[in-house]
Amino acid sequence: MVGHDTARDVYRQALPVILVSLVAGLFAGTILGSETMRAGISEVPGLLLLLPAFLATRGGVYGSLGARLSTGLHQGLIEPRFRLDRRLTNAIVASFINGMTVSVFIAVVTYLWLTLLGSGGNLLQLVGIMVVAGLLSAVLMISVLIVVIFVGYRRGLDPDNVIGPVVTTLGDVFGVFFLLVGIYVVGVVL
Amino acid sequence: MTDGDATDSSSNASETAMPDEWSIPRIVRTMVPLLAALSVLQLVSGTVLEAYEAVLVQNPALLVLVPVQIGTAGNLASITCSRLTTQLYLGTYELDPSNPDLRANAGAVFALAATVFGAVGVAAWAIGAAFGGTLALGRVLLVSLISGMLLAVLVVVTSVAAVEISYRVGLNPDDTTIPVVTNVCDIAGVLILFAVVSVVV
Repeated sequence: MVGHDTARDVYRQALPVILVSLVAGLFAGTILGSETMRAGISEVPGLLLLLPAFLATRGGVYGSLGARLSTGLHQGLIEPRFRLDRRLTNAIVASFINGMTVSVFIAVVTYLWLTLLGSGGNLLQLVGIMVVAGLLSAVLMISVLIVVIFVGYRRGLDPDNVIGPVVTTLGDVFGVFFLLVGIYVVGVVL
Repeated sequence: MTDGDATDSSSNASETAMPDEWSIPRIVRTMVPLLAALSVLQLVSGTVLEAYEAVLVQNPALLVLVPVQIGTAGNLASITCSRLTTQLYLGTYELDPSNPDLRANAGAVFALAATVFGAVGVAAWAIGAAFGGTLALGRVLLVSLISGMLLAVLVVVTSVAAVEISYRVGLNPDDTTIPVVTNVCDIAGVLILFAVVSVVV
């Protein structure tokens, strides 16, 4: 009975989820603290400025895709099959558009904020990094989410319970990693 | 893939009655403004990070703490909010320090924070040291634990406030509290972390 758990019960139930996100956070932190990333942070003005917004967007975009697919499955509106169903493709395309739009938006706002602060920044560089990082996150998050939700659902797992940890864990770890890839790619191209 | 939202919904009688929840423009129009607004809000913590860039680049242990702090704050907040909301519906919640469920929630959050941020302090120090950081274990542990416990206080206070306010205003706390409280705690997590850093380091 959830209403009458003691602090000890709550602690025991919540600890595994918290520990999973802790490990993910430490992985992301390790990438962030690495020599290459620190060099990138020093070289690219605005990278730390956009980091929290970029990470939060992963959660917002793909958490809601997961929730939408889960609701659709429960309502019987979509089937747990890898087929080109209109609802499924719409949900995927929409989350892709959301992710990319907001990534570019973050780059532009970061640039404007930097200009306002007078610290200077490179719009093309920021947009480039966010497009690469946003694109790679979209491909990874969408593929993993669909596989996890469909396979889980067919095996009797409630997707509602799985989406949160999957999105937080992958979003944090790969968000920071793809940011690093973005810095590298843009550094090579520009 | 994007062709014919209109033809699709007209060919399906059951969908013509209500707005199509699965149309791409509808999803995008609902989500993008919300996500854009939230990311502007997140620039507050970004500004703090940017201000501490020199300290962060010099001390990788502190950089390691950043995503952990943000993630754990959001997780503790979402657990607390959904528990309080459930208790509200079950009728066992009451805004009273002697309420047993409220005490259990708060106690669990503090115990979880102490466990997690103790472990995080040691881990962040070790990773930072491996990357050539020079910050002592005691310092990193102190930063992690103090900021973590302050965060736990904030999580409990904002969650209770959010549930209480949305209940009084007549909003469903299931819809409103988690996005609001997790975002507030994400941002506050960074602010608290660097308030503590500027005192301790």
